Amino acid sequence: MSNQQKHWEKTRSLLFITLAIWFVFSIGIFLFGAEMNEVTGPFGYPWTYWFTCQGSLGAFVILIFWFANRQEKIDEEFGFSEREDE
Amino acid sequence: MKGNFIDNLPKVYGIYTGGFIGFIIIMAIAEQMGMTAKAIGIAFVAFTVFIYALIGWLSRTAQADAYYVAGRQVPTVFNGMATAADWMSGASFVAMAGGIYFKGYGYMALLVGWTGGYVLVASLLAPYLRKFGCYTVPDFIGTRYGGNLARFSAVVVLTVASFTYVTAQINATGTIASVALDIPFQYAVYVGLISILLCSMLGGMRGVTWTQVAQYIVLIIAYLLPVFWISNKMGAGFFPHFMLADEVARIGELEQQFGFVKNAAADLKSVPKGLAGITKAHSAVNATPWAFISLALAMMMGTASLPHVMMRYFTTPSVKAARKSVGWSLFFIFLLYSSAPMLATLSKLSLIDPNLPTGIIGKTFAEVEAIDWYQNWNQANLMFISDFNGNGTLELNEFFMGGKAVVLATPEIAGLPYVISGLVAAGGMAAAMSTADGLILAIANAISHDVYYKIIDPKAETAKRLLVARVLLVVIGFAGATIAAMEIQGILGSVIWAFDFAMSGLFFPLVLGVWWKRANRQGAIAGMLGGLIAGAWYLIWVRTGGSGFLGITQLTFGIFGSAVSLVLMVVVSLMTAEPDKATQKMVDEVRVPSGKTILGKSH
Repeated sequence: MSNQQKHWEKTRSLLFITLAIWFVFSIGIFLFGAEMNEVTGPFGYPWTYWFTCQGSLGAFVILIFWFANRQEKIDEEFGFSEREDE
Repeated sequence: MKGNFIDNLPKVYGIYTGGFIGFIIIMAIAEQMGMTAKAIGIAFVAFTVFIYALIGWLSRTAQADAYYVAGRQVPTVFNGMATAADWMSGASFVAMAGGIYFKGYGYMALLVGWTGGYVLVASLLAPYLRKFGCYTVPDFIGTRYGGNLARFSAVVVLTVASFTYVTAQINATGTIASVALDIPFQYAVYVGLISILLCSMLGGMRGVTWTQVAQYIVLIIAYLLPVFWISNKMGAGFFPHFMLADEVARIGELEQQFGFVKNAAADLKSVPKGLAGITKAHSAVNATPWAFISLALAMMMGTASLPHVMMRYFTTPSVKAARKSVGWSLFFIFLLYSSAPMLATLSKLSLIDPNLPTGIIGKTFAEVEAIDWYQNWNQANLMFISDFNGNGTLELNEFFMGGKAVVLATPEIAGLPYVISGLVAAGGMAAAMSTADGLILAIANAISHDVYYKIIDPKAETAKRLLVARVLLVVIGFAGATIAAMEIQGILGSVIWAFDFAMSGLFFPLVLGVWWKRANRQGAIAGMLGGLIAGAWYLIWVRTGGSGFLGITQLTFGIFGSAVSLVLMVVVSLMTAEPDKATQKMVDEVRVPSGKTILGKSH
């Protein structure tokens, strides 16, 4: 397998992990919205309400930065990161 | 300073922010000295629009790459701010808190959808399209799949989606300009349009970028300052986001106490159009999982298909920066979106809690009608009360309000000085203008670059291309304003449709263009046109009394459209020959960040 294929392999697994986390916070938890809202969550808000106001939104922000850093590492590992002069 | 303008950005916008805060303070002092509310409103809108126009003029350019992609040198964080302004429309600013106020949980699917979509943008598309080096989204489709028909199909989808969206934005600028400047809406729409064109016409993407950053700063101050101020004034907590649990619970109690009394249809006829009462629980789950998830999913996939957002990531200096920039965009969006539910909570509680001095439920009609702010907003057609049961006391089901009133009227209800209302008007104007600019530019660029330059006249010189681009900008702006002046659809309805149209036609052709080498021209064309037609058909069918299926509504028709698009694209691609070697090699190139862009610096 060439360098480039390995790079793409890793990039693709990172994508799947990222999308799995994305799925949990955008879709997964809202399958149980009614049940989850019965429980008190962060700062005293009901859990589901808190996720729709702040939780999921914040999770997406963190997820994107985490993804970007991981992808940079993968690019560096295979020597595909951009040089400043390009 | 022009030479190292980019290095000076933090300083330039720091001074700008300081200047704007200074302006707010001057207005506050002027109000104390007797400046009228009307004069303050005019000063806020006129001053900010003048600044944007000035930035637009300073950013004028005669170079194609500056005009189309701001010279690809917009730093990560600033591009994040510009995208946030590009993204958060007049609807986000003016109508979102209102939607949450009236519809609660079911509506908050939009918050999740309009943020979660950025994960798809960051992981599936933005860095790859940046590597591609395209000027517009159809530029990517046209080069990846090859041929004028593919390119043209992408332009069609882009135009349908963005145009649906832009009329709502011009409408919003018109609404705000007509309130702030006190002129009739039909004229205010054109005042709004001219302000929009001043930002984009001379500098194209470069002008739009630097005005959008300025507009973000105005709109975020205008949104957050009142939320914090109101929260503190009500004693609800100095940092509302972490401290409103008691208020949310109290609203729940009051809902129990008052009950949601259903009004008779005959009674509701007397309520002015566009106003609504509180009929849904504030924080309880009031939608089925599928209703919530389907709306969130449609908005997420729509986000990842809207060209005016995607093209912002063409302006970063590198692929790496494009990825990070998506994170910053969402961070800046998060600041506003996480505040909207807080504003809705504060607004609702201050109106309905009889224990608060501002609460009107339980008061007599004579008392409510004597309140200054009630009279003002009743006159503006945003508040209405009617004694349906004839007991002389205002009940929860007898109070009606327009969605915009949550953002526009709450500062006044809470007793904040008028200077805050002026600031909010300027913020709404900034939000609507920045989105309108992004959209008009996306359409005009696609038509000038992809249709005129790439298809009709590939030998055209830069000067001529940019002239065509600017003429189109004006023509599209006026077309949008003319339709906006007719006031066909409410602000939010058409905004959501734009997402559905975009995802129907563009989501899979874009994503598979990067992630599936086997995707070919025939498949992409079938996917784009088939998806768009299927989505549009479903919308028309449901609008004309069709029952729909699988719980897909007129707000989520993109789910049907994109499913058709995916199936067509896969089936047609597999039935026809695979893309040639050169195309496959191009896809490989796109997948690694290093090396030259696929399309040249100037193309």
